[in-house]
Amino acid sequence: MIKFSKQQLKIPKMSKPVYLVTGGMSKFDRAIPEKRTEELVIDAFLEAAEFIKKTPEELKSYIHSCYYGHFADHFGAQLLGEAVIHDRLGLDPLGNVGVKTGGATGGSTIWEAYKAVASGYSDTVLAMGWERMDEVPTDEGNHYIASAADKDWETPMGHIYTGYYAVMAQKYWQVFGKQEESFRRTLAEIAVKNKGYARMNPHAQSPMKITVEDVLNSPIVAHPLRALDCCLMSVGASCVILADEKTAYELSDNPLLLYTSAGSHTLRVADRRDMDIPLLPNETAEQYKDLGKRFPGGDRYPGFTGFLAARMAAYYAYGMAGIVDPTEDLDLVELHDAFTISDIQTYEDVGIRPYGEGRTYVESGDCFHTNPFTGLPGKLPANLSGGLIGNMHAVGATGIMQVVEVAQHIWGRWGEMHSDEAKWKRFNRVKPDDWTNLQVVGAKRGMAISHAGVGSHVTATILVHPDHQLKGRA
Amino acid sequence: MSDQNRGTVKVVNGRYRVSGNFHYAFPNEPIRDETGKLLGVTNPADITHIHSYGGEAPFFENLSQQKLLGTKCANPKCDAHQSIFIPYRIHCPDCLMRNVEVDLTELARTGATVHTFMITERTGAFNTLELPIRFVNVEFEGVSTILMGYLSVGEPKIGMQVVPIFQTKNPTYTIMDLSWVPSGTAAEDLPAGFSF
Repeated sequence: MIKFSKQQLKIPKMSKPVYLVTGGMSKFDRAIPEKRTEELVIDAFLEAAEFIKKTPEELKSYIHSCYYGHFADHFGAQLLGEAVIHDRLGLDPLGNVGVKTGGATGGSTIWEAYKAVASGYSDTVLAMGWERMDEVPTDEGNHYIASAADKDWETPMGHIYTGYYAVMAQKYWQVFGKQEESFRRTLAEIAVKNKGYARMNPHAQSPMKITVEDVLNSPIVAHPLRALDCCLMSVGASCVILADEKTAYELSDNPLLLYTSAGSHTLRVADRRDMDIPLLPNETAEQYKDLGKRFPGGDRYPGFTGFLAARMAAYYAYGMAGIVDPTEDLDLVELHDAFTISDIQTYEDVGIRPYGEGRTYVESGDCFHTNPFTGLPGKLPANLSGGLIGNMHAVGATGIMQVVEVAQHIWGRWGEMHSDEAKWKRFNRVKPDDWTNLQVVGAKRGMAISHAGVGSHVTATILVHPDHQLKGRA
Repeated sequence: MSDQNRGTVKVVNGRYRVSGNFHYAFPNEPIRDETGKLLGVTNPADITHIHSYGGEAPFFENLSQQKLLGTKCANPKCDAHQSIFIPYRIHCPDCLMRNVEVDLTELARTGATVHTFMITERTGAFNTLELPIRFVNVEFEGVSTILMGYLSVGEPKIGMQVVPIFQTKNPTYTIMDLSWVPSGTAAEDLPAGFSF
């Protein structure tokens, strides 16, 4: 649809508040031959239990239903893999369900878990996500991922999902980037940043100390995207525990309020019809009247340059949490940086910057932990985990990893969870001599964007410290 | 893999009638590390699926007849009335009434331009296109959607006019039977098996 009814624009109002109690992650890597998926899932669960000083048995005794995010049965060649995981976690005979929405699977899993608590069905739930992308070589992996495009109309063309994204990248590059060398360098900055932050993360698959030149000289994938502009293909697991207020404070003295929303758009970019831009609270219709004049070719919305699903998810989530201006009201974000260019597109979809101006979020230094121009804390640091480019993209786990990362900042425990020598050693990784604590000092509110396909599904999860709730919330 | 007995399917009285082989079993192999320790096994598999095009079948049948079919919402009460869709949509996305078929061949020959494109040397497994692949997303005058395809001749550019070509010799009955070339391309420059 390209017009919305009042009913469809309703801001979700849950029956009761939902809290994030704890979360955990496994190691992430391109291949983990020494562990079964079940072992990685247990690693993530054990970390979540230990984080709130509970034994696994104690934490399990609270769980009432389970939500499992696993994108591709193809990869593991195991249908109903959720049942295997559920059994190995020893959670039978509790109710459980598998969730799959492509790259947004992790976010969608939290969305389902969230509604289960908000409705009163369960007081405490487990949302666990994983992916096993090492069962096939990379070209077959690309074929499987491309199978998430339309199998009759798109997949036969190259069997390469990156290509279906690259046509959007090309359009954005020409219309909003105006093919400027400076814009290309800005894209590269995102990869440098995220690979660099991954160096401080023991879980991360691809930590790298690189320069803009390294990105610009990396092999071309599809012009203007190069190898270092692209996300990883990973193995790993992550989980969160959500609970109602009473149980959350029983399990932890510091749970966080959680809000999750979702949006969608056509699986085939081809099917997107021209429409008016749905506005966020910090925007006016007036400001977009001359968009096509400022950026010739940029007047078709969402065209091949915007993600309507992300816009809708942000619209609902901002209403739920009372966010007016994400740059002012949030302290950090984890975005779905599948590609450097789609990262920039998302800045606009979620209102961090107006449409057409995404690049300024990077160029101002606002997206960094420490603004490189001022030396002061970045206004809204993005992807301090290393994101999908530096940390991982174990699809079903990705959206959950993002939420765990954001939460650790708000809990003020990011340094503790990433500096632990024993963890670096356990993951067989060397902690860098210049390891830096990326803790966002005084973080109170944060957001994670989980994104699928060429924008087919997007979820927004907002975490708020209960002492710092916003006035306008639903 | 060459096999004279590869599976084929016919529909008789509304039922699939299959003959030949639809799967092949191969022995698995152990996976070991440098020390010889067992870590796992390979699981080879070769399976042929039986896939129906359903209501979209006319689109795929007509490509080899040098025809490009789309559909149109014919419901005067719908907001999308008269909207033209390609990819071929069986039902209107707004009112869900059955769309009517429209022949877009002439429009594609005169009013099709490149909305965006990409060029890549990389592919996934099973790719059949020559490298580098040039995807073009084709915009048609008066059509509400933008069709994805591939360019067989020349270099793509946003805004360039393109015309469809069709695999008329040994068609595959897939989307690969449709390709695009810059307007003005000579017939002798088309890839083997394709014609305007």
